[in-house]
Amino acid sequence: MTFPPTWFPATPQWHNYSRVIEKVPFIQWAWNSVFVVTIATLGSVISASIVAYSFARFEYPGRDGIFIITLATMMLPAQVTLIPQFILFNKLGWINTLFPLWVPYLFGGGAFNIFLLRQFIRTLPRELDEAALIDGASYWRIFWSILTPLSKPALATVAVISFIAHWNDFVNPLIYLNSPENFTLALGLNYFKSVPESSGLPLEHLLMAASVMVIAPVLVLFFAAQRYFVEGIVLSGMKG
Amino acid sequence: MALAVESTPTINKPKVALWGRLLGIRTPRKANEAMWGYIFLLPWALGLLIFILGPILASAYLSFTEYEIISAPRFLGLENYVNAFTNDDLFWPSLWRTFVYALAVVPLGLLGSLLLAILLNQGVKGTNIFRTLFFLPSLTPAVALALLWSWLFHPSVGPINVVLRWMGIAGPGWLTSKEWALPALIIISLWAAIGGNSMLIFLAGLQGVPRELYEAAAIDGAGSWARFRAVTLPLITPTLFFNLVLGIIGALKVFTLAFVATLGGPSYATWFYALHIYRQAFEYFRMGYGSALAWIFVVILLIFTFIQLRLSNRWVYYAGD
Repeated sequence: MTFPPTWFPATPQWHNYSRVIEKVPFIQWAWNSVFVVTIATLGSVISASIVAYSFARFEYPGRDGIFIITLATMMLPAQVTLIPQFILFNKLGWINTLFPLWVPYLFGGGAFNIFLLRQFIRTLPRELDEAALIDGASYWRIFWSILTPLSKPALATVAVISFIAHWNDFVNPLIYLNSPENFTLALGLNYFKSVPESSGLPLEHLLMAASVMVIAPVLVLFFAAQRYFVEGIVLSGMKG
Repeated sequence: MALAVESTPTINKPKVALWGRLLGIRTPRKANEAMWGYIFLLPWALGLLIFILGPILASAYLSFTEYEIISAPRFLGLENYVNAFTNDDLFWPSLWRTFVYALAVVPLGLLGSLLLAILLNQGVKGTNIFRTLFFLPSLTPAVALALLWSWLFHPSVGPINVVLRWMGIAGPGWLTSKEWALPALIIISLWAAIGGNSMLIFLAGLQGVPRELYEAAAIDGAGSWARFRAVTLPLITPTLFFNLVLGIIGALKVFTLAFVATLGGPSYATWFYALHIYRQAFEYFRMGYGSALAWIFVVILLIFTFIQLRLSNRWVYYAGD
């Protein structure tokens, strides 16, 4: 090691990226992440918008009570539900599989997403629904052909926020996944860090290359959907 | 709509199904609406029961038992709670450390985010670019954050200590030192938290302050500090309150950063409460004790939130009232 260390190499070492892929099952981790994040995000967006439609547009006994319970769950720390969920998934034989990472999100996608979409749907004029109802449209048709196209900004917000949350999630993969070939990128990165330096090479630079590959998709997505993302956070904060 | 229904001649009184009558629904149209409402609610009703309310009840029960997955839970009464308070060497220190961490990260984080939001609110050219730049660190996954900063904080070759050496200061071991690991984690958290969600929420709050008030204050001869103190600050107290509540909850839950950067060490210097729960539940598989620790945490969070709600009457100003 030279001193003082050179921080900028004379020539960029692009092969660091290919060496990361050789050293650890990086492609497999990336695939696991993409799989989990895609299903969890799509599941959240679709199921949360259906539930939000129910809260925003229908009248039925118990609606407001269930909505208040939904809001209350946002305050709940994950630690309380984590242990029984683990026991449940263990009973189902889902430990060391990707199921626990996406199945729960098919059931409404979490209180925050439902809340955000419900607030948005309530800003859409009710006359649209009523006119369609008189014309004989079904509730499903109203949801799918009228409200969903108008809710695109809010749906994009939920999609971006869920994507980033699932992509960056560390705790759930840590608890549920045991063998390296099942890891997601976030967990794999941590595993990579603890790989013994048996080759005698400093792995630091490879670790940095791997980090960049993990961060990059989030940045790309953020730049592409910045407007929605910022709006969503502000919306949730203002109406908190 | 209502007219259309009334003008329909109703010869046979329409019937509402039994379930509808039991719920007090009068007309078939209302019953139909309620039925579809329930159908669309179904995914969440199931999700809420299976993944949230069920687990809450289960964890409350487990907290009074000894349960290590292999055998059935054995009822212990309050023993887990008593053990946590009196018998667990790491309980109080980890709780205390978590408070120290929150006490440093929350006020400094809010102050930094507010300052950045005020800067962005000046309407200078290129604001959007800066807003994005300030926001980016908060998107970085905690694992990558911990890895990058472990390198920056490296005792001998890390840039921070190299710069300190140029200035003639012998830098500490940071993440490897018992005294400096906690401050180092606080610095990393601040780097990520300042400019994140709380900045955006502050910015929205600042943009909601009516311009006329500033103009009126300027006419009355108020300087920029006086305008901030008398106009801006009172009007953004709701935003401040919201960020404070979320900030405290977020800080008390600190886990991934410490888990990746230091594994709670060296010699438990960064052993936070969430790490303690994790180890008991998912390394030792003491699910009963872990549940008790989690419930103690819930009660602490509830107390904090309650105190803040009570205190908020004194300092939070809602323009609508």
